Amino acid sequence: MNAPQRIAPGASQSLFAVEGMRCAACIARIEQGLPKVGGIESARVNLGARRVRVDHVPGLSDEAVVEAFASLGFAAHPFAGQALATPGRNAESRELMLALAVAGFAAMNIMLLSVSIWSGATGDTRQLFHWVSALIAIPAVAYSGRPFFRSALRALRNRRTNMDVPISIGVLLTVAMSLYETATGGPHAYFDGAVMLLFFLLGGRFLDSLMRARAEDSVAALLRRVPGEATVVIDGRHHRRPVEALMPGDRLFVAAGERIAADGEVALGSSEIDQSLVTGESLPIAVGPGSAVIAGTINIANPVEVTATAVGEATGIAAIARLMEAAGQSRSTMVGIADRAARLYAPAVHSLAALSFIGWWLSGAGVHQALLIAVAVLIITCPCALGLAVPIAQVVAAGSLMRGGILLRTGSALERMAGIDRALLDKTGTATLGRLEASNLPQGVGERSILAALARASRHPLARAVTSALSDVDSATLTDVAEEPGLGVRGFHKRREWRFGRPDWVGGTSLGSSTQAGFGTVGGRVRSIVFADTLRPDAAKAMAELRRESVEPLLVSGDRAEVVVAIAAAMRIPAAGEVTPDGKNALVAAEQAAGHRVLMVGDGLNDGPAMKSANVAMAPAAASDVGQMSADFIFFGDSLLAVPVALRASRRTMRVVKQNFALAIGYNALAVPLAIAGLITPLIAALAMSGSSIIVVANSLRLQWAAR
Amino acid sequence: MTEILLLLPIALGLGLAALAAFFWSARSGQFEDLDGAAERILIDDDEDVEGRG
Repeated sequence: MNAPQRIAPGASQSLFAVEGMRCAACIARIEQGLPKVGGIESARVNLGARRVRVDHVPGLSDEAVVEAFASLGFAAHPFAGQALATPGRNAESRELMLALAVAGFAAMNIMLLSVSIWSGATGDTRQLFHWVSALIAIPAVAYSGRPFFRSALRALRNRRTNMDVPISIGVLLTVAMSLYETATGGPHAYFDGAVMLLFFLLGGRFLDSLMRARAEDSVAALLRRVPGEATVVIDGRHHRRPVEALMPGDRLFVAAGERIAADGEVALGSSEIDQSLVTGESLPIAVGPGSAVIAGTINIANPVEVTATAVGEATGIAAIARLMEAAGQSRSTMVGIADRAARLYAPAVHSLAALSFIGWWLSGAGVHQALLIAVAVLIITCPCALGLAVPIAQVVAAGSLMRGGILLRTGSALERMAGIDRALLDKTGTATLGRLEASNLPQGVGERSILAALARASRHPLARAVTSALSDVDSATLTDVAEEPGLGVRGFHKRREWRFGRPDWVGGTSLGSSTQAGFGTVGGRVRSIVFADTLRPDAAKAMAELRRESVEPLLVSGDRAEVVVAIAAAMRIPAAGEVTPDGKNALVAAEQAAGHRVLMVGDGLNDGPAMKSANVAMAPAAASDVGQMSADFIFFGDSLLAVPVALRASRRTMRVVKQNFALAIGYNALAVPLAIAGLITPLIAALAMSGSSIIVVANSLRLQWAAR
Repeated sequence: MTEILLLLPIALGLGLAALAAFFWSARSGQFEDLDGAAERILIDDDEDVEGRG
C-alpha cells in the first residue's frame, strides 16, 4: 500500500496541486473517488507535497480532472510545468542521499573505534582499531566523496577553483596522512575527521539540492498554449496543418472551444473570445469581421474564420515569451549570501593551510609534522557548518510555509523576498478572486429554477457564474432551449419565452458601468443580474501588514483606470490603471533603477514578464501555469494575508541564516589558532566539527514557526 | 583480543545490513511521501470485503 504504484502503460500523467488535503480520509477519498470518473485510471496522493499525480487517458483535459476533484470537495489546480519527470534533479538528490547514508554509517562505526582510542587504547589494540577504521573509511570516502571530487576536477580542468577543491584536497590529504600514520604506528589517525567532514558536507548539499529551483522552462510552457495544429481553409475545404506550416494570409477555421493558432483578423462570422490567458480579464471579448484576435486565446461561442496576420515567432504570445526569457536572465545574476561567503572562504582556507605548512617547515618542524598541522587546519576550517547554514534554514522555513499554505518553489527566493521594499499587485485574479459573483438573483423558486435551466445550457462565463450561484437549485423543464451567440440563451416554459443574456436583448436597460445580464420573459418584467469580481478577503489588512514591514504596495492592472482605482481604494493603496504587460515590466524596471527591490504578485500571462524581472514573484495557486512558473512562492486559499506571512517568514529566515554564519565562523575562528599552533588532536577536530554543525541545525529548527 | 576479532565483523555486518536496507528503501521510493505514509496506515482496506459479505 505504501509503495508508489507503477505507471500504467499507455496512460498520460498530470500533476495537480490540491488544497485542503489533511488526513487519511482525504487520501482515501481522492484515491478511491477519482478513478470512478471516466477517463481517470488512478490517482496517487503525495501528502507531504500537497500534490496528486493522476494517470488518465491521453487527451483528457485538465478542466475535466479539476471538475472531478471539485465533485469530491477539493480545489485542485493543474501543477505548473507538469514537471513529473525531472529525472536529473531527483537522481542528484538521491545520489546525495545515498552518499550521505554511506558517510553516516562509516562515521558512526569509526567514531565507536575512535572513542576507545581517545579513552586510552594503546599498542596493538590502537593499531588494530586504526586499521579497521582505515578499512571502513577508504571505501566510504571513495563512494561518498564522488560528488565533491567530480566537481573539483571539473573546476580544475577549467582552470578555476571552487569550494570543492579545498574540500577534496583536505579529505584526500587527511586520509593519506592517516594511512601513513597507521602504517608507521603513529598515535593519531584522522579517519573519523575525514568521514565526518564528508557527512556534514553531504548533509548540507543534500538539503540544498532539495531546495534548488526546478530548471523548468517557463517559456516552453507558455508556447504550449498555442495549439500544435490548425485547420486551414483552402478552396472551401478544411485541412489540418501543423502550426509550423502556417503562413501569414492563411484562412484558419476555428471551431467553438478551440484555441486560436495564430494572431489574425476575423474574416467570417462573429463570436466571443476568452482572452483571460493574455489579459487576465475574466469577461470574454465580442469579435466580428475585422476584429483582431491573439494566438493562444480561446474561441468560446461560434465557429469563425480567421485570416492569419502573424504566425509562429511573430505572434504576440511569442513576443511575451521572449520578453520573459530576457527578464529572467537579470534575476539569475543575483549572488546569494552563501556564494558570497564561499567566494571569500575558499582562498582564505587555502592560504591559511599553506601558510601554516610553510611557517612550521621554515621553523624547522620537518615536512611530516608541518603537513600534519596543515591538514589539521584544513579540517578545522572545514566549511561544513557554513555549508549547512543556508540550506537547513531554507528547508525548515519551507516546511513551515507549506503548513501555512504557501509553496516555496526555490530556496533562494527567501533571501530575495527578505530584501524587498516595494510590492506590485495585479488586480484581476490576484487582488481579486478572479471569479465573477452574481448578485440580485431572483428569489422566487419558479424563477430560480428557470434561470438555472437557462444558465446551465451555456458555457459563457456569466452563465457559469449564475450556475455556480444556483448550484443547489433544480432546473425547470424547458423546451426549445437555444443559445443566441453574443446575445444569450432562450427557452420556453409554459408557452412563455424566457431569456437570459444581454440586457437590451432581453428587453431591459443596462444601468451604470457594471457588468450585467438581463433575465425575464419577452415583453415582461426584466431583472438585472449584476456580476462583480470580489476583492480577496483581508486584502486591506494584508496591505496594512506589508506597510508595517516597510514595504510600499501598489496596484497595477491593464483594466480601466476607474475600476482599478476603486479596488485600490478598498485596499487603501495607490494604483496604476491601463498598464500593458510591457508597461508592468517597465514599471518594475523603473522601481529597480530607483534602487528599490520589488515583489511582483500576479497570476496571468500579462504579469509574466514583470514577475520574471521582479526580484521575487508570488502567485495564487489558481494562477495560469505561466503565472505559477514565474512565481517563487505560490499560495493556496483566498486570503491575501499569505503575502505578509511569506515576507515575515523570509525575514526571519534571513536573520537565522546570518546567525548561523556568525556561529559557524565564530566556532571555527576559536579552533583555527589551536590548529595553527599544532595543538589539534583528532578528538578536538571531531568536537569542533560536530559541535558547530549541531548548533547551526538547532538554531535553524527555531524556524519551524516562521510562517505565523 | 579474540572477542574483538569476533565482535568487530559482527558489528560491521549488522551495520552493513542496515545500510543495504536503507539503499533498498531509498531506491524503491519509500521516502517520497513521509506525511502520507503516516496517514495511510489509518485507511481501511476492507471496505470491499464488507460490501461483498
